[in-house]
Amino acid sequence: MARIVTKRRLNPTVTLLEIESPMIAHKAKPGQFVILRVDELGERIPLTIADFDSIRGTVTIMYQSVGLTTKKLDLLESGDTILDLVGPLGNPTEVDHVKRAVVIGGGVGCAIAFPQAKFLYRAGVHVDVIIGFRNKDLVFLEGSFRKNCTNLYITTDDGSYGEKGFVTTKLKELLDAGEQYDLAIAIGPVPMMRFVAETTKPYGLHTLVSLNPVMVDGTGMCGGCRVKVDGTVKFACVDGPDFDGHLVDYDELMTRNAVYRDQETAAAEVHRCRLQALSDAAMMGGARNG
Amino acid sequence: MADMTSPRTSMPERDPRLRRRTFEEVSLGYTEEMAVAEANRCLQCKHAPCTAGCPVNVRIPEFIAKIAARDFEGAYQAITQTHGAPAITGRVCPQETQCEAKCVRGIKSEPVAIGRLERFAADWHMAQKPAFALPKLPANYTHVAVVGSGPAGLTCAHDLAQLGYAVTLFESFHTVGGVLVYGIPEFRLPKTIIRRAEADLRSLGVQIKTNTVVGRVVTLDELMEEGYRAIFLSTGAGLPKFMNISGEGLAGVYSANEYLTRVNLMHAWNPDYETPLIKSRSVAVVGGGNVAMDAARCAMRMGADEVHLIYRRSEAEMPARAEEVHHAKEEGIQFHFLSNPVAVTNNGSGHASGLTCVKMELGEADSSGRRTARTLEDSEFTLKVDTVIMALGTSPNPLIRMADPNLNVDRKGCIIVDEQTLHTSREGVYAGGDAVTGAATVILAMGAGKLAAQSIARALETQSD
Ligand SMILES: Cc1cc2nc3c(=O)[nH]c(=O)nc-3n(C[C@H](O)[C@H](O)[C@H](O)COP(=O)(O)OP(=O)(O)OC[C@H]3O[C@@H](n4cnc5c(N)ncnc54)[C@H](O)[C@@H]3O)c2cc1C
Ligand SMILES: Cc1cc2nc3c(=O)[nH]c(=O)nc-3n(C[C@H](O)[C@H](O)[C@H](O)COP(=O)(O)OP(=O)(O)OC[C@H]3O[C@@H](n4cnc5c(N)ncnc54)[C@H](O)[C@@H]3O)c2cc1C
Ligand code: SF4
Ligand code: SF4
Ligand code: FES
Repeated sequence: MARIVTKRRLNPTVTLLEIESPMIAHKAKPGQFVILRVDELGERIPLTIADFDSIRGTVTIMYQSVGLTTKKLDLLESGDTILDLVGPLGNPTEVDHVKRAVVIGGGVGCAIAFPQAKFLYRAGVHVDVIIGFRNKDLVFLEGSFRKNCTNLYITTDDGSYGEKGFVTTKLKELLDAGEQYDLAIAIGPVPMMRFVAETTKPYGLHTLVSLNPVMVDGTGMCGGCRVKVDGTVKFACVDGPDFDGHLVDYDELMTRNAVYRDQETAAAEVHRCRLQALSDAAMMGGARNG
Repeated sequence: MADMTSPRTSMPERDPRLRRRTFEEVSLGYTEEMAVAEANRCLQCKHAPCTAGCPVNVRIPEFIAKIAARDFEGAYQAITQTHGAPAITGRVCPQETQCEAKCVRGIKSEPVAIGRLERFAADWHMAQKPAFALPKLPANYTHVAVVGSGPAGLTCAHDLAQLGYAVTLFESFHTVGGVLVYGIPEFRLPKTIIRRAEADLRSLGVQIKTNTVVGRVVTLDELMEEGYRAIFLSTGAGLPKFMNISGEGLAGVYSANEYLTRVNLMHAWNPDYETPLIKSRSVAVVGGGNVAMDAARCAMRMGADEVHLIYRRSEAEMPARAEEVHHAKEEGIQFHFLSNPVAVTNNGSGHASGLTCVKMELGEADSSGRRTARTLEDSEFTLKVDTVIMALGTSPNPLIRMADPNLNVDRKGCIIVDEQTLHTSREGVYAGGDAVTGAATVILAMGAGKLAAQSIARALETQSD
């Protein structure tokens, strides 16, 4: 059981939870993730450790509500508990010998990019950050990033905030202007990571992407998280989740990630009633407490 | 003397037509009368060849004599002198290649149903004595860590706790039991049996830490620093193999481990749970072991119209327990022997639509006695399936060895140990079960857990002298 100590909405679909787990907080490194199960009937889902505080003994996750499990998480408030929390899993991001880095985050991927930027910046690395969103309403973590990078660039698809365009537009602009980096880290939707990798390739810029395949155990036991990298099969939970962005088979990743889409929509429908009941109960609980 | 040709007492089973869609246990177990009748078939051989055939040497004639005399509790006690989980072994041991293979009654007719009798004694005991205080030696406050809660870890933790050690059992999943809960399905091994074993451990004072991945959240060095005087690694062999054929990365292609974990550990079979699983119409399972049988029979129970099992050799070479093959056939699984997959076909949008195979032919036996399989030319055929489950074998779980470079492992990733003591290359660290042998059997894992407990106790006693 792990207790939620803070809950904060970052934008209409992204929520931050700070969860008590001294063991994980003590061990976590940027790039690693946890797997959680909200309750006995729930699914196990992987979420990146977006921040950790070994003194408070907490880890922070930021998730986008996309399906049943993340919607169930949304029903929890600070003080509530999560049944199972396992971590830290995966390999920490390799950032040794890096002097100048560009960190690129797309949408909820910004949450995952944040610890990397922060870690690099605090280690004295020059860190340029490019974060992109569909529109102004979805922008989050701006202040946190500002405190943890050298330059921050924000793009929106519709130009309602920051610069109009995609993160790749800005990235290409910087590279063409002669900015030199020895590492690019790209985290976001699969198509975005692919475009970033395509953008950096002609410049020979080493690019890490953080992959998000379907996972069950997170310990190398189910093979559900297998991805093809440079023609060989890798298990993202133990060999990753970071891989060389120029070598990943993105098409395979996208079809495999869509495998439960239809069913998940159906499942969400079936479980809608239960969620409704849960949320009613939560509201009543809230009313009592308040 | 008994009639030497009388067949063994059959065990009641659920009707295949009914059971193929439910996860309720298939075999229903003997009644007292059936058990006594079967026990009476035993000849009480002085040299007990059956005992020699059992990897842990259960005192078979002794426990069977007690069943014949209707001393059922005595029978249970006789078995548990050797190993603590007859409810499990009675259900899952490959008896036909172990104890029962050596039974004298098998020469003229059928061997005594040793496994069924073992199961009977255990079930009888559990039904009579729902909870009781387990005997335990006085606490000696020496801490021992057991990593992994499959049959090897459960046995080792149990034996050490009984000897008075303060045992902590670490498990990466949210539930203890290892393959017994995530792999072997409910209809073959009801999970209440494992919950009972877990309750027994707790009553012996074993601390159980689930959701704890050793190697990530705590290293072996740190466990030693925390004061654990010995560590037993029983992390199993779950890393699935794939065939490296084209189309294996398509949606709809599972490893048996993922499929079974979703169905069993994550209860995809129970609509109350939220675990997603593909709704399959037609399924191909590749492999011929217990894992393949379990995956095929689960797929049938999850509602598939057709389930095909593809095995590259002939039926005689199949490593699965005979009973599982028999049950699978009864339930309508279609077997394709001497067939080998060469590609998974794509439905055009990234999902599996078929499995293309070639026919095989068995050649001469090689030096190891195994007959080699050769591809027949122009023998390609394609099964129309929407789901493919690969059950090709597994190798040891990678995390422990990745996290501890000082732990010597062989080329296959199996932890290297001294066979007499199960001691690894690291001082105070022992290992056993599938993590050492590669995928094997429940009883061998239990035997390793027992041996490790003995050698850990011996080492710790000499240290404290
Ligand atoms: C290593 C890793 C780190 C991740 N970090 C974050 C993070 O920090 N924040 C965040 O919002 N999301 C993160 N994700 C993705 C997150 O796990 C999924 O969004 C989540 O599982 C969706 O669960 P759900 O039940 O709410 O949605 P579902 O209804 O299950 O599915 C919604 C969509 O997500 C896909 N999906 C389902 N299960 C998984 C799964 N286990 N892994 C990946 N995709 C899945 C489905 O195919 C579907 O398209 C991460 C994924 C991985 C593998
Ligand atoms: C589907 C299936 C059917 C089978 N059927 C039979 C059968 O009928 N009869 C038979 O005799 N055998 C059968 N077997 C084989 C048998 O189950 C195994 O040989 C046996 O379970 C091995 O036991 P173990 O204790 O070594 O490991 P496991 O049972 O594999 O347990 C290992 C445990 O360690 C945990 N773990 C791994 N890494 C870590 C870590 N770093 N930190 C903490 N915990 C960790 C795992 O989560 C797991 O719970 C079957 C196997 C499968 C997969
Ligand atoms: S433990 Fe297994 S092999 Fe040994 S007697 Fe029992 S059923 Fe037979
Ligand atoms: S070999 Fe068979 S008949 Fe003889 S003692 Fe063993 S079980 Fe009984
Ligand atoms: S999540 Fe199961 S092997 Fe990676």
